[in-house]
Amino acid sequence: MSTADETMQAIPHVAKQQRARVLLGMALGDKVFALATQVAAYLVLLVLAGIILSLIVGAWPAMKAFGFEFLITRRWAPQLEPEPVLGALAPIYGTLVSSFIAMLIAVPFGLGIAIFLTELCPHRLRKPVRLAIELLAGIPSIIYGMWGFFVLGPFLANYIEPSLVAAFANIPVLNSIFSGEMVSNLSLFNASLILAIMILPFITAIAVDVFSTVPPVLKEAAYGIGCTTWEVVNNVVLPFTRVGVVGGVMLALGRALGETMAVTFIIGNSFKISGSIFAPSTTISAAIASEFAESSGLHQSALILLGLLLFVLTFFVLATARFMLMRLEKRAGA
Amino acid sequence: MKFSTLLAAGIALAVTATAAFADDISGAGATFPFPVYSKWADAYKKATGVGLNYQSIGSGAGIKQIQAKTVTFGATDIPQKAEDLAKFGLVQWPQVMGGIVPVVNLEGIAAGDLVLDGPTLANIYLGKVKTWDDAAITKLNPSAKLPALPIVVVRRSDGSGTTFNFTTYLSSVSPDFKAAVGAGQAVEWPVGVGAKGNDGVAANVMQTKGAIGYVEYAFAKQNAMVNTDMINSAGKRVKPKLESFAAAASNADWNSAPNFNLVIVNQPGDASWPMTNATFILMYSQPDDKAAAAAALAFFDWSFTNGAKMAEELDYIPMPVSVIAKIKSSAWTTIITK
Repeated sequence: MSTADETMQAIPHVAKQQRARVLLGMALGDKVFALATQVAAYLVLLVLAGIILSLIVGAWPAMKAFGFEFLITRRWAPQLEPEPVLGALAPIYGTLVSSFIAMLIAVPFGLGIAIFLTELCPHRLRKPVRLAIELLAGIPSIIYGMWGFFVLGPFLANYIEPSLVAAFANIPVLNSIFSGEMVSNLSLFNASLILAIMILPFITAIAVDVFSTVPPVLKEAAYGIGCTTWEVVNNVVLPFTRVGVVGGVMLALGRALGETMAVTFIIGNSFKISGSIFAPSTTISAAIASEFAESSGLHQSALILLGLLLFVLTFFVLATARFMLMRLEKRAGA
Repeated sequence: MKFSTLLAAGIALAVTATAAFADDISGAGATFPFPVYSKWADAYKKATGVGLNYQSIGSGAGIKQIQAKTVTFGATDIPQKAEDLAKFGLVQWPQVMGGIVPVVNLEGIAAGDLVLDGPTLANIYLGKVKTWDDAAITKLNPSAKLPALPIVVVRRSDGSGTTFNFTTYLSSVSPDFKAAVGAGQAVEWPVGVGAKGNDGVAANVMQTKGAIGYVEYAFAKQNAMVNTDMINSAGKRVKPKLESFAAAASNADWNSAPNFNLVIVNQPGDASWPMTNATFILMYSQPDDKAAAAAALAFFDWSFTNGAKMAEELDYIPMPVSVIAKIKSSAWTTIITK
């Protein structure tokens, strides 16, 4: 009897203990999980800080030697003795201009394709066309480089560029932009065109995604009062999705600024600033990829400084994108 | 384009992975001699059972590796100055030679149809001679039919021993080039497009009408490219071939070059090809691992004795016997292997 009583009393006690143990275990699990995610997040920050730090350490000799002059010097002469003359203006120019031209081509094309796919394309074609465009994003950049080098470059130089040069020959300003003095298979324009093709799928994919978030009722209402497709796109779809579209465009710009392999193949790697887009040029990443392996001393340090500049440039682009998105959101909310 | 380099790196990695446990000779550096070192290494392994692990990572990187003592020997296309050698206690000697040839892409012009001299080549690379029918070129080639095509100058975009030797030659024959550009692995080119590697330059020239470029002789030969003849320092027209490279090499004055610090471009002699280049080996005079150093020296000794024919098969030029004797009696005696 007495033992049975004890058991009766003991059961809730044991259950409580078990309960507490299980709860403790759960809390511990939660804590460990939280800690693990926290560590992962901080680890990434630590790696980022480490990269910036090592870039600054590596670039320090060049910063000390060239100072602010580095940003405005057009020459890149690593062979000079005793001290090389190195300046970042030519690669910065090439990076910005090639990305700008690429955006000029890719943004209208990319958005146009997205509008076609969401508004105009017959349903059974939507999936295959979209898949094909997304496959473009999956092609490794070296393939683009090879294709640009062996196919696109010679094609442009032999068939397209001469007629462009001739067409603008008598128009001031444009005749220097489209100057035919140095037409070859490798040029700033070719690199820009390859970049445009490379970033097109990013813009299209994101635009298609955000365009399909537009509530059908809005579009139907607009169509209902007699809007044309263009009016629906311009007055309903784009205003509703501009935040996402700008985000996609900025993502593409970030990719264009940093693209290395394809550009190195076809830009011509010339540290010259030329008014003509058919002249060879170079970008920051192409310069680093070409020269880093065989560089030493101040030359190498200057290349690391170029890397740091690209880092800062990309950071500013992304920061600007964030800032713009924030303002757009605010305006849209008001 | 980079496939050959990738392949080379892959092979180097594979060799490291599979054979690192054996007492392989380890070396790193210049890409230019990689094919001949590999061929020698294969034959040497068959003969002696000792392998070679050579990473063709570039001259500059090879110098860094030997300075960091991660390899037994470093290889460089650019001879090091006495003070740089002394600072690290390194010994240097030339191991094998090659030739650099100008290649062109012009309709109706075959290999050897065209001849250039040093100053004209320099002026083309300075952008002063802009078209193929320029008086400077037609004067040298009165019988050739030259088009009024602009010259597309192609050069290396990556730092390279080939560029170093090519620009050293142009600087030695053209005061203008020396003043405006100078010599170096990577230089400030006034004109032209840059392509990566010998294969990049070769591919670019073959694709572009009116292009001119400079590549190692082996690349020009393997790709059946149209090379030009050159007027050498004796004023004679010479063709790029093993005999003219060898003539330049034998005329090079290695005896009065301390530490073999000699760039052998623009050598005297009626038969000398003006753009001949040597590639060098760097080793410690007091190596930490004496057995490894002895093994490396044994390999180089074997290569000098047995490797000449193999080198020529790959369009390299073996060192002349007199120079080999000097290397053995001077550089090698300073390396302590016991």
